[in-house]
Amino acid sequence: MSGHGIVARFDRVTACFGTHRALDGVSFAVPAGGVTALLGRNGAGKTTAIRALLGLLPPTRGRVTVLGHDALTLPPAERGRIGYVGEGHPLPRWMKVADVVAYQAAAFPTFDRALCLRWLERFAVPPKRRVAQLSRGMRAQVALSVALAPRPEFVVMDDPALGLDTVARREFLEVMIDLIQEEGRTLLLTSHVLTDVERVADRVVLLDRGVVRIDAPLDDVRHLVRRYDLVFAGAPPEEGPALPGLVRARRRHGQWQVTVRGDEAAVRAAAQAIGADVASVEPLSLEDLFVDYTIGEEVAS
Amino acid sequence: MSIFRVDPSRGEPLFQQLVDAVKRAVATGALVPGDRLPSVRELARDLVINPNTIAKAFRELEGEGVTVSRPGAGTFVSERRPTMSREERRRRLQEGFEGVLTEAVPWGATDEETRKAFEDAMARLRGRRGGGA
Repeated sequence: MSGHGIVARFDRVTACFGTHRALDGVSFAVPAGGVTALLGRNGAGKTTAIRALLGLLPPTRGRVTVLGHDALTLPPAERGRIGYVGEGHPLPRWMKVADVVAYQAAAFPTFDRALCLRWLERFAVPPKRRVAQLSRGMRAQVALSVALAPRPEFVVMDDPALGLDTVARREFLEVMIDLIQEEGRTLLLTSHVLTDVERVADRVVLLDRGVVRIDAPLDDVRHLVRRYDLVFAGAPPEEGPALPGLVRARRRHGQWQVTVRGDEAAVRAAAQAIGADVASVEPLSLEDLFVDYTIGEEVAS
Repeated sequence: MSIFRVDPSRGEPLFQQLVDAVKRAVATGALVPGDRLPSVRELARDLVINPNTIAKAFRELEGEGVTVSRPGAGTFVSERRPTMSREERRRRLQEGFEGVLTEAVPWGATDEETRKAFEDAMARLRGRRGGGA
């Protein structure tokens, strides 16, 4: 799509609101043809990053490039190659669903009306109903159908599952899988539903208080980050054990339980060097991993 | 395909869960040599997971000799037994049994009960594989 396999790139992006740094030297890339999940707690900087990506927010420092252009000066024709599903799914409340479709169809030359109507049918959204009378889940489905109908190459979704119930979320995921199956499409999404992220993402970028903590393929992260129960021969140290790659340390039953990023053999050797045996090792679900990364520092210190 | 179950809330990566599920299906006889696996596309839709994850699991299964892919025809359960060294077999058996036994001991299972459960499980497995185990 943009020649070099990278659809979007953040290069040392800092965004300040007054004295608050929403993003603090953020760098990461969104590779073409995959699904990148941008994760973080509320206030971590996810939405700020997406606003910068869409050219809605000039960074205080650094640069965001999208489809080979500076995000701030993206030509309108290129902008049409990006689909955006926003947080809260803002739609004109007084319009009927069919009017929303017609309105969007007029705005995008590549709008595939038949595709849009097919999705709405699949979601069982009544076209004659006014937006104001739709449930949150249905509004999300309308926003998604409309955003994807121009067949954008790059789809950006900010918490698209927000407000969807379990069944609606599953239908939504199925649509996502269909989207990924279409060759060459790139997705960037934020979500708090980490089991869904696990299903769809190839790559994860974890933001914590404006700083990138993880930027790696999902399988690498899951393979490299594990939780170890340490047993010290003597009295366990008062402070959290200093291990290379330590993510989180916490006291458990008088011993230390640590989450560490690194090759297992290396972690075992490092534990041995500080007088501890590894009593057990377990892989972490993305949810546990997320928790350990985002509260790690406070607990370890 | 209900025989392949994956659960994103579990610790193991999804591709690993799928690899294990296929191996389990082969071990229990739910899949026999020559059976065709669903395509990456079909499985992605059925399991609602990223097709890249499925493709990765398929590569792993083929690398271990569990499946063979015939271009244009699909992925099939391999005719030959997966190659595994004696040492690897021993290690896996030991790991598996230790896992079960550390759970069974606190229940108060006797040696006799444990042995009987093992024999029964073997018999069931043999039955499902048509006596071939």
